[in-house]
Amino acid sequence: MKADTHSLQPAHDAHPADGHGEHHAGGSRESYLIGFGLSVILTAIPFWLVMSGALGDKQLTGLAITVLAAIQIVVHMVYFLHMNTRSEGGWTMMALIFTIIMVVIGLTGTLWVMHHLNVNMMPGHDMSTMQ
Amino acid sequence: MTLAVVPPQNSEPVFYVVDEHEHPEGASTMLGFWIYLMSDCLMFAMLFATFGVLGGNYAAGPAPKDLFDLPLVAVNTSMLLLSSITYGFAMLAMEKSRVGAMQAWLVITGLFGLAFISIELFEFAHMIHEGATPQRSAFLSSFFTLVGTHGLHVTFGLVWLVTLMVQVARYGLIEANRRRLMCLSMFWHFLDVVWIGVFTFVYLMGMLR
Amino acid sequence: MFDTSFLTKAIFGRLTLESLPLHEPIVVGTFVVVALGGVALLGAVTYFRLWGYLWREWFTTVDHKRIGIMYMILGIVMLLRGFADAIMMRLQQAIAFGGSEGYLNAHHYDQIFTAHGVIMIFFVAMPLVTGLMNYVVPLQIGARDVSFPFLNNFSFWMTVGGAVLVMISLFVGEFARTGWLAYPPLSNIGYSPDVGVDYYIWGLQVAGVGTTLSGINLICTIVKLRAPGMTMMRMPVFTWTSLCTNVLIVASFPVLTAVLALLSLDRYIGTNFFTNDFGGSPMMYVNLIWIWGHPEVYILVLPAFGIFSEVTSTFSGKRLFGYTSMVYATVVITILSYLVWLHHFFTMGSGASVNSFFGITTMIISIPTGAKMFNWLFTMYRGRIRFELPMMWTVAFMFTFVIGGMTGVLLAVPPADFVLHNSLFLIAHFHNVIIGGVVFGAFAGIAYWFPKAFGFRLDPFWGKLSFWFWVVGFYFAFMPLYVLGLMGVTRRLRVFDDPSLQIWFIIAGIGAFLIFLGIISFLVQIAVSVLKREALKDVTGDPWNARTLEWATSSPPPAYNFAFTPVVHDNDAWWDMKRRGYRRPLTGFKPIHMPSNTGTGVILAALATAMGFGLIWYIWWLAAVSFIGLLAVAIGHTFNYHRDYHIPADEVVRVEDARTHLLAAGAKS
Repeated sequence: MKADTHSLQPAHDAHPADGHGEHHAGGSRESYLIGFGLSVILTAIPFWLVMSGALGDKQLTGLAITVLAAIQIVVHMVYFLHMNTRSEGGWTMMALIFTIIMVVIGLTGTLWVMHHLNVNMMPGHDMSTMQ
Repeated sequence: MTLAVVPPQNSEPVFYVVDEHEHPEGASTMLGFWIYLMSDCLMFAMLFATFGVLGGNYAAGPAPKDLFDLPLVAVNTSMLLLSSITYGFAMLAMEKSRVGAMQAWLVITGLFGLAFISIELFEFAHMIHEGATPQRSAFLSSFFTLVGTHGLHVTFGLVWLVTLMVQVARYGLIEANRRRLMCLSMFWHFLDVVWIGVFTFVYLMGMLR
Repeated sequence: MFDTSFLTKAIFGRLTLESLPLHEPIVVGTFVVVALGGVALLGAVTYFRLWGYLWREWFTTVDHKRIGIMYMILGIVMLLRGFADAIMMRLQQAIAFGGSEGYLNAHHYDQIFTAHGVIMIFFVAMPLVTGLMNYVVPLQIGARDVSFPFLNNFSFWMTVGGAVLVMISLFVGEFARTGWLAYPPLSNIGYSPDVGVDYYIWGLQVAGVGTTLSGINLICTIVKLRAPGMTMMRMPVFTWTSLCTNVLIVASFPVLTAVLALLSLDRYIGTNFFTNDFGGSPMMYVNLIWIWGHPEVYILVLPAFGIFSEVTSTFSGKRLFGYTSMVYATVVITILSYLVWLHHFFTMGSGASVNSFFGITTMIISIPTGAKMFNWLFTMYRGRIRFELPMMWTVAFMFTFVIGGMTGVLLAVPPADFVLHNSLFLIAHFHNVIIGGVVFGAFAGIAYWFPKAFGFRLDPFWGKLSFWFWVVGFYFAFMPLYVLGLMGVTRRLRVFDDPSLQIWFIIAGIGAFLIFLGIISFLVQIAVSVLKREALKDVTGDPWNARTLEWATSSPPPAYNFAFTPVVHDNDAWWDMKRRGYRRPLTGFKPIHMPSNTGTGVILAALATAMGFGLIWYIWWLAAVSFIGLLAVAIGHTFNYHRDYHIPADEVVRVEDARTHLLAAGAKS
């Protein structure tokens, strides 16, 4: 019985001692400006890539802007939404990871399922060739 | 079986908290609001999925290349980005309890948000005027719904912003108001994240099709 | 030249006198009965001057216990409606042979099977499950209330609002005739131009808001408000399954909201998501709605698993076997339930690769479920089992659910599914798991926690009667459907040609009648128990010699649940307290901080319901006015910063002293 030695600390993992304090672990002016600078760059590059056609290949451009979008989302999460593994005892991060898994399952699953449906049931109706 | 173990007699087990501190008001609010945002995120994911599946079905109607005006989208994106950083400045002012500065930054944030909505509405009106209505094709249905849902969220955020400014003006930066401002901050930045998906996968990818 | 029809249209939208189904004698008869019953009820409430009491103490309450009880009442009332639909279908199918049209016309019959499905899932199973979670979870984790008490009240009334819209459709206009998931193109405006599908959409949207918010609320409650010492791996299993269920709710109901919103856009403004023209894809709807629909199945059954876990360990007098594996199994089911949705439409034509993937994931999900089954069996093994009513339901569940689970694995094989898709075999399968799992679980939970909620037990005689009627009735009602399904009979048929099938439908009808007797016995059980409450009284607060924290406080618990927040040292916290000589604190009480009641939730939900009604009937002014009202009331509510009060220490002392006296009197007698 490990019970008696157990500390009597509340189980609520992120128990703000004075009702606030932890919430305010937001950003500083510098971190906001860094985040803003990064996101401006990460927005400008994909627009430039698409508008100028600098990479030439469409698939390559598509891949590049997808990667840039993913990076920018991380930047926003870190610098604007102040995501970290500590806030609320890690529960916000846990919720985020779970949500990302669900989003990935829902998006890729739907695209995969519907693509196969189109291929099988509507020959000659492939979406990529439809213009 | 663990049940058979007898506890040491010298230490009387503690079975309840005698001097309890009160649960701070709204201790769960930030987590709760975050979970709401996650559920909202899944709703957007489904709209993205719908756009992903139906976005290529033009039904012999206009395609993204015929409709999208990338410079305008870039301007719109910058409005939202700017509103994000100004909201950040408002939060910094709030932490220093400088009410006037905070309200000023909130006003600026609201104006950027309003500009964003106006440009979006202008874009929609222009498309509809050209006959690219939501009814025209599955591509346009899913486009208007996805982008429009984001716009509705921003509009709701603006209503909320005004409400909070009134409340801060009336009651000051009390704990409840600070909490609400932080929730709106999360909401606002979350919409920015969704917009990254929108401009990348709807507008830019659309132009690549 | 003033056109009155224009004015009528502006005021009443599509609603005319012809909308009332006066030509349907069955509906008119039902209406008369409901109206008389309603008038009697309202009259009684007025006569006994209960309105003020109900409003102050119940409708506006933010107490999770009372909200939980109201959810249960909603679920039981709607069960009567949903079951009326079921027995009408059974009767129709039992007699519509050999040229007979039965007694229901197609228009009415199609509404009945749609309403039956919608009501049973959304307004019976969901409220029963949510009600039990609402009542029990805060008590099990030693909390005073949920994280957001006002939101809890609002969620409940939104669920009621959805139920009200569905009930209105019975007498004003019609309900959907599309089947419970309203697949397009049938549910599109071209094929369903009437209000039925709109009732469906707005009923579910209004209730869905409530469900999502209550999911968020309970997650926060479990994460944030656990008693000191209760780590995640010391939470009772019911709390664990509730946590997973609410995670599923929050992660899946937005999908339903989105897909129904898209369907309403198709219907209201003519977009082309799910149409056959202009690039729309009806199958996209099927795909999206099952991304919600499959997790929904687990939303319902996981809390039932939790109930069975609590009941098994309590009535076997043993710690639950394999607690850790139980928790992991629950979490694995939570994740896997998102990876199986396509098994609902193998026949769509996505091809071998897609079907194999989803077939295999579906079979995998039976592994953690099977592990749970063994955990319950091993908990009972060498236990000192007391076959009280909750335990009886649990054993019946174990038999029944295994059968349902095995037919489910059978259906998970795509080639087999191609034969059995949309047959009565499928109907038998999902009733097998939903009745055998969720309904039996709800009854086990009601019998188990009723003494906690009201301070007296349920009458065992009528309970056992209800149990046997239900269980035997279930087998009579659904085993014939397996047979019929294997013979190739499809679902939702109204008339039959082949006379050799009739006997099976008659047997199924007899089964439905037995279940009817089971429901009646259940209602009698409640009435008898209330009348015999003195004889059935329990003053200890722990009538079953149970193991978890909710039994540590009095029955019914005081408004504040626990005078002092308990400290947890063990999985079975209350068992541990009893065993190690816990003494109830008698002095030192302090004022307790509690949330205040508010009527805002009722008002908001009423406005949302009115908005839904306006949208259904194209009464645009009503929709607009109630939407503006909704915004105004919601914003107005945020200007109220004083939402709490303190229960004075004197009051706590008075309540706790009363309990001390009761306990002493109980110990003497």
